Amino acid sequence: MKRAGFTTVWLPVALLLPQLMIIAIFFYWPAGWALQSSFYLQDPFGFGSTFVGVDNYTDLTNNGEYMRIAWFTVVYSALVTFFSLSIALLLAVKADNVIRGAKSYRTLLMWVYAIAPPVAGFLGILFFDQRNGPLTVFFQTFGWDFKLGVNYNSTATAMVMVAVWKQIPVNFIFFLSGLQSIPRAVREAAMIDNRSATGRFWQVTFPLLAPTAFFLLIINITYALFDTFGIIDALMKGEPGNNPMTLVYKVYLDGFRGNDLGGSSAQSVILMVLVLLLTVFQFRLIERRIHYT
Amino acid sequence: MTQTSPRRRIRWSTVSDHTILTLGAILMMAPPLLAFISASHDAVTIHREGIQLGFGDQLGTNFRKAMFEKGGFTQTVDGTLMLINSLILGIGFAVGKIIISMMAAYAIVYFRLRFATLAFWMIFTTLLLPLEVRILPSYEAIQRLGLTNTYTGLIVPLIASATGTFFFRQFFMSVPEELAEAARIDGAGPVKFFIDILVPLSRTMIAAIFIIMFVFGWNQYLWPTLITTDESFFTLVRGIKQIVLSYTDAQIPEHGQALALAIIAMLPPVLIVVFFQNWFVKGLTESDK
Repeated sequence: MKRAGFTTVWLPVALLLPQLMIIAIFFYWPAGWALQSSFYLQDPFGFGSTFVGVDNYTDLTNNGEYMRIAWFTVVYSALVTFFSLSIALLLAVKADNVIRGAKSYRTLLMWVYAIAPPVAGFLGILFFDQRNGPLTVFFQTFGWDFKLGVNYNSTATAMVMVAVWKQIPVNFIFFLSGLQSIPRAVREAAMIDNRSATGRFWQVTFPLLAPTAFFLLIINITYALFDTFGIIDALMKGEPGNNPMTLVYKVYLDGFRGNDLGGSSAQSVILMVLVLLLTVFQFRLIERRIHYT
Repeated sequence: MTQTSPRRRIRWSTVSDHTILTLGAILMMAPPLLAFISASHDAVTIHREGIQLGFGDQLGTNFRKAMFEKGGFTQTVDGTLMLINSLILGIGFAVGKIIISMMAAYAIVYFRLRFATLAFWMIFTTLLLPLEVRILPSYEAIQRLGLTNTYTGLIVPLIASATGTFFFRQFFMSVPEELAEAARIDGAGPVKFFIDILVPLSRTMIAAIFIIMFVFGWNQYLWPTLITTDESFFTLVRGIKQIVLSYTDAQIPEHGQALALAIIAMLPPVLIVVFFQNWFVKGLTESDK
């Protein structure tokens, strides 16, 4: 709050009201409702519900399929985060190095940000097409019988590749702006101390980028968990079958196609807790970052 | 020799830098570009041979059909209507979010209010849980309110997150205190101060946030998929599912049109990001902190 704050009472209330109302109706009510219904078993015909305690949760942990999806989500997030961060970092370092054409490279490397995940998934379908997709043909020359939507590992590979591709621009933008904020004096000092470019990068540049990288780590995990829904949905072409999927997709599948309200709500609550943990982690990092700089 | 060797080393590293950057640019550019080139061929060619490397002569036909021919994919809706719906969602979401969050941020930062901190934390908590996590209960809420297949149901729940409010709060905090004091001494009330001083001052911030929010709204997929079952409310990105299904289903070989529609779905957000990239980068790197 500002020192010189206005003292009118009705105006700020009126200003806050729209936001608070939207939040109450579309955030607090649904979130509370999810929490509540995760402890109930919904009648399949919608006639009522019985309180079942934590049964919905224990059912999930005992469910082999759910655990398999949870495990896939972990591996998927790790792969997407690792590859999109490392490729973006490499490109950002190079884009920061070059003098000629820096602006053009930036434009060319970041515009994919604007492509919607399901559209990226659709492009994936073209490139991983079973008969004549260029990447399918490429994998086949190495003796891999690549089958999108049929073979679990093939579909998972396609999902990771498309998700990485779609996420490179965001990481690139943040890394580049992080690199450009490193003071010239620091760079010159490093130049004098260390002749090797690789040595300079790992000993000086990378530690200075660490806060950006930590922040991006969280952003990327959140992206892999939630924003890849469209990519996954497009690549499995509407047929879940035995295709790989993430936890968010499972929530959607159980809640909207399977009509398992209680189970889906319990899954939502588990995801909520997961996001809360990530956020707490993130805030602690941001606090540390403020101390550093 | 000793004099030329460092110079040569630098030159070689420059060459490798450019090579890596060019490869990166190709990696990012190639998929949409090839899709665009392929959209210039007729359905049979694409169906039989897949992605094309050279331009064909069907570009205009495919785009015209995708935009104006009803029944190509969804039986009742053409590309133009989906484009309009996408614009309504993108612009409606961005404008709604900016207005609501600027108002809330102004109230939190500039007024002595007993429950300002409480309000701030209530709004701030929404940052924690993305819509995808509470998708089922949000859908239930919309259904009980009878808002399925309406623009309100499509746009308003997406606004229920604090990203904008948080961003404007940060910005207002950085505005010098003296400004509000001076305005008060000059007899400007809170409304006049907001409209005549604070809003013009935030112009760049508003532009940056608008771009990010427009792209975010335009690219929404899961929420529109649930909320709009009536095809006349389909957005382009929502319609991608139909495009995918028709593309993979050999019974309806409308590949050229499917590609054209996918291109139309990418074009507006891409153009905005490319043309206003300085604002966009500024907004992105400053708002996500």
